Amino acid sequence: MILLGFLTVTVLAIIQLRDLFAVVMLFGIYSFLAAALFVTLDAVDVAFTEAVVGAGIASFLMLGTLALTVRREKTRRKRTLIPLLVVGVVGATLIYGTLDMPHFSDPSAPVHLHVAPHYLESTQAEIGIPNVVTAVLASYRGYDTLGEIIVIFTAGLGVLALLGYRKQREKP
Amino acid sequence: MANPAQPYNMVLRVAAKMLIPLILMFALYVQFHGEIGPGGGFQAGVIFAAAFILYALVFGMGTARAVVPDRLLRVLTGTGVLLYTGVGLASLLAGGNFLDYSVLAAEQVEGQHLGIFLIELGVGITVASVMIIIFFAFAERGVRP
Repeated sequence: MILLGFLTVTVLAIIQLRDLFAVVMLFGIYSFLAAALFVTLDAVDVAFTEAVVGAGIASFLMLGTLALTVRREKTRRKRTLIPLLVVGVVGATLIYGTLDMPHFSDPSAPVHLHVAPHYLESTQAEIGIPNVVTAVLASYRGYDTLGEIIVIFTAGLGVLALLGYRKQREKP
Repeated sequence: MANPAQPYNMVLRVAAKMLIPLILMFALYVQFHGEIGPGGGFQAGVIFAAAFILYALVFGMGTARAVVPDRLLRVLTGTGVLLYTGVGLASLLAGGNFLDYSVLAAEQVEGQHLGIFLIELGVGITVASVMIIIFFAFAERGVRP
């Protein structure tokens, strides 16, 4: 609960600030807080990823982007009601949608009744490794992880195609 | 980017030299220990890349470029994906479904271990090299000569 409060404060600060450097730093803090939250939920693998990617590499890449662009956010004087209305309606719809969701850590929630028991019970016999998360990611859901790695590969290709290496062009 | 000719970042350089091997070791630990503790190829790849990013920050882009050549990085990016798909195809050829590692070895559990090890390795290689590539691309673009 305290962590969630911190998260909210960080987000409000991010919205308020115009200095993008500070915003990037706050995003890093946000990621660390989220990682701490995941640890309290016993999702250590997710927390690990969040800390490493969200706080580590993402901040770095954002700083790199800042170095290429400008540091201050453009302030827009004109205020429009329609975006606010859209955001409000969408937010209200989402909150309305959560009312039907099962309570947190409810053992009879659909997500705990579908394939999760099978994974938990038969990982030892079928895969034989202690970390069930790795078993699910790498074996049961191998296709998804393959998709993920191809996404990363494509991201690398995209950055190379857009930013490229200047060396070839600059050589006279 | 840090200028390697500046004498005052001596502390930074010594500290980085001490830290980088530890970071690399930790990345390898996360990579190969992912089946037992938290972690796996993805996290390991990012940590591995972080070591190189630290190196580039402290010792300058030129030195870092000399350590990891462009060509190698580009080859490695594809190698990871190919390794992953290769494991899938190997299990297909061995008579199972795509990415069904059970058929890779005589016993099901052994096959699963082998398959998970290999695909995590593929994930790690691709993630690490893509992260380094992206960082280099951004950093080199930022340097205005």
